[in-house]
Amino acid sequence: MSQPPKEVIKFEVNGRTVEVAVRPYDVLLDVLRNELDLIGTKRGCDQGSCGCCAIHMDGRPVLSCLTLAKWAAGKKITTIEGLANPEPHPLQTAFETCGATQCGFCTPGFIMSAKALLDRNAEPDEATIKEHISGNVCRCTGYLQIVEAVQKASEELLEKDRPHDASVVERNRQTHPAGR
Amino acid sequence: MTPPSWNVIGKPIPQVGSRQKVTGEALYTDDLRIPGTLVGKILRSPHASARIVRLDVSAALALPGVHAIVTGKDAPRPFGVLPISKDEPSMGIDRVRYVGEPVAGIAADDEWIAMEAMKLIHVEYLPTKPIDDAKQALAEVANAADKIHPGTKFGNNLHKMVEQHFGDLPKAFSESFHVAKGHFEYAGISHTFTEPMSAVAHFDRDGRLHIWSATQVPHYLHRAMSEVLGLPMSRIRVIRPNVGGGFGGKSDPFPHEMIASLLTMRCRRPVRITFDREEVFISHHGRHPSEIDVAVGCDKNGRLTGLDIDALIDGGAYGSFGVVTSYYNGVLAQGPYRIDNFKYRGRRAYTNKPMSGAMRGHGAVNTRYALELLFDECAEKVGIDPAEMRIQNALPAYTTTINDFRITSNGVVECIEKVRDASGWKDKRGKLPFGHGIGLACSFYISGSALPIHRTRTPQSTVHIKIDMDGGVTVHSMAAEIGQGSDTVLAQCVAEILGLDVSWIRVKTEDSDLAPIDLGSYSSRVTFMMGNAAIKAAENIREQLRKAACRMAGGEPTDWVFRDAKVINTVDPSKSMTYMEALDEALADNGALIASGWYQSPKLGGAYKGAGAGLSPTYSFGAYITELHVDTETGFVHLDKIWAAHDCGRALNPLAVKSQIIGCVHMGLGQVLMEQWDFNHRSKGNIRNPSLLDYPMLTAKEMPPVDVFIVESDDKEGPFGAKEAGEGPLLPILPSVGNAIYDAIGVRMRELPITPASILRALEAKKKGKS
Ligand code: FES
Ligand code: FES
Repeated sequence: MSQPPKEVIKFEVNGRTVEVAVRPYDVLLDVLRNELDLIGTKRGCDQGSCGCCAIHMDGRPVLSCLTLAKWAAGKKITTIEGLANPEPHPLQTAFETCGATQCGFCTPGFIMSAKALLDRNAEPDEATIKEHISGNVCRCTGYLQIVEAVQKASEELLEKDRPHDASVVERNRQTHPAGR
Repeated sequence: MTPPSWNVIGKPIPQVGSRQKVTGEALYTDDLRIPGTLVGKILRSPHASARIVRLDVSAALALPGVHAIVTGKDAPRPFGVLPISKDEPSMGIDRVRYVGEPVAGIAADDEWIAMEAMKLIHVEYLPTKPIDDAKQALAEVANAADKIHPGTKFGNNLHKMVEQHFGDLPKAFSESFHVAKGHFEYAGISHTFTEPMSAVAHFDRDGRLHIWSATQVPHYLHRAMSEVLGLPMSRIRVIRPNVGGGFGGKSDPFPHEMIASLLTMRCRRPVRITFDREEVFISHHGRHPSEIDVAVGCDKNGRLTGLDIDALIDGGAYGSFGVVTSYYNGVLAQGPYRIDNFKYRGRRAYTNKPMSGAMRGHGAVNTRYALELLFDECAEKVGIDPAEMRIQNALPAYTTTINDFRITSNGVVECIEKVRDASGWKDKRGKLPFGHGIGLACSFYISGSALPIHRTRTPQSTVHIKIDMDGGVTVHSMAAEIGQGSDTVLAQCVAEILGLDVSWIRVKTEDSDLAPIDLGSYSSRVTFMMGNAAIKAAENIREQLRKAACRMAGGEPTDWVFRDAKVINTVDPSKSMTYMEALDEALADNGALIASGWYQSPKLGGAYKGAGAGLSPTYSFGAYITELHVDTETGFVHLDKIWAAHDCGRALNPLAVKSQIIGCVHMGLGQVLMEQWDFNHRSKGNIRNPSLLDYPMLTAKEMPPVDVFIVESDDKEGPFGAKEAGEGPLLPILPSVGNAIYDAIGVRMRELPITPASILRALEAKKKGKS
């Protein structure tokens, strides 16, 4: 059986516009990893059950293994590589200092999930964090230090985000789904 | 005791390499991008047991885009991690023994073509009746050829039987005040690391084979590849990129590593095989499904009199680590309590299922569960607090067990006291309302196996250090970082000795061309063995720097201490210099500073058969308490809190030790409450839940709070006093839950996992007076 033809799609990834030729069945995870060399997004299951492949599409967290590549056309994609800017995001440093990463394979997915939460809810309580990351599997850490890291990052961001800083208001407007 | 003042040791520092992990820069095997890499796929058997009557790959080979196809006949030599059970072929030859066994390997331009080619491979099977559990495997088989492995010495499908007897158990039991007995059953479980296995192999134009693989045991892989592929080890290079978790599930050489190699040797293009999740479940070598009968005797004062263990474990189709597991189910029950009369029979059966092997807490976990529950039954009969009785029975430090294990440092009593006092044990045990309970259990685990798997005089771990003019310290070792933090331990040990910050240290542990041998990340050996080797190597370098300092400033070599990148003269501080100044002098007549350090375990143990199993240069200890409540309507167990104390000798990095303990708690809670590798007789050897949706694990939401207590017994032989913290911390969590359930609802659960349904059944039986 021959393969169906490719179709060129255009989207934005980590602030850069890309054009790629994709087959109708290609998932975004494969396109990110194999066509765009964005290997920070991991494949743990390919079945939507581990969260290792979490990315943001127009600011919302999605599992890239369950997202057809062609759905990305015209969208803004953010992957783990797009977070450090160039200094690491507070979530990234908090994962390091809290011992929230061991083997690290789950880490990009957790950080993207947590980032999506903090973008919407700057000060989530422990139960909210646990609920929010419960679609991500980590077999190394037992989760507690991950929750701690998210709390720590949230505190740091709040500290930075004191409203007198106008750039923050602007950033919130851009990243909060509600602000658009 | 005041802890020594160290700069780097004992400090909670982030993992070496964590910046790469949090930014997505860290490279795992499937992330490698070598131009021209082909996709490798494995055709697997749909039958649990069958003869291969015909295997024809010609049509598949003719498909455009297919570059190579290999089958079992291309590499008939079987392999296995243990020299005593090399029984697994790269691909089934003439017969297959489990659903999912590799039959052929394909290398193609892309995944689509590989899948199409798979359909064109013609295999004709003659299915035979599978053996699907360990008890069936005990039935006599009239015709040896009908056994799963015709060559075994038994008349049935047993793989291994071990028997040990120390003291006089029948006498001890006959004189006991009480003998608690039970039959315990355990489902098989899976490591479920997040990174699927992956291997990339490239046979280059010089005829050298390079393999990148997600492995815990690069050295054993190196050996096995050499044997199976017929290449000298010097023509094979093993590279271990970042590994996304292992827990024992990546501690064997695997067929896919052989298949990728065979394919690249055939077509000379790099070949990548990355598993999907189902293939991981088929290939994981998880914890053996087990049935264990245990009897524990005590006298009227609560002193243990003897222990009898009879374990039957389901090994699946091949050997893997199974011979070791067969021993560990018994011998690792020799601590933390003094047991003077001991009998053990361990049997491992071959069945037509994916094989079982080593998993975190290897062989010790299931027996520990039974032992700790029966221990509590004894305490109840005697009428003594189980915590008190554990303290009374604890082995002292620096002693020898009846089976000749040498015990060195031992912090088990301190562990028990810590969790007892922190949890409010005395006010809670037996006093909480019905449905609420609290339970305690202890642990004992090896810190590396004293006997290497292969008989060789090569040290178990070697570390090389090289310092060049830039001052950076390059440290080479093949100890496999699999997420547990061994690279960090390596950097810390070297940094401490040289008085440097870890940022000076460059850890290179990936490449067998560069790094000296270490046996790998299994049996909780790395911190202890590699750590000691690293200290030796660093001390050698420090000696060279001391001599250089003397040449520059005079004084004695013993005058100098190394701290904060300075070489300080303790007699005359004005002579002190920077590390870089001392290095400059040391390099002047040297070129580069290089040194090698190694670790070899001392000769230990008794002279009886099997005396080497469970021997370790030192052992870890621990004690956990779990508080929980049971919903007696639904049978659900709700975890309220865990208090976890572990004696790791010395926490080189308390942050990492804490992570290990909490990770162990998570994994053990999964096994005790939900995880199982689901087979039934109708599934004919098919796993019914080979996905992360159907294989249940605790999510972040179900994870209870854990208070961690690190106990430092300062082991005399450990690096800076350290011993293991990666596996032992898993052992006590399961029985602490079992004992807490008894405290809550008065039933001792003898089957794992403990599901809501099994709780309801037990409550029902208790009501009817049958418990
Ligand atoms: S790879 Fe997408 S959820 Fe697991
Ligand atoms: S750090 Fe290994 S799976 Fe999360």
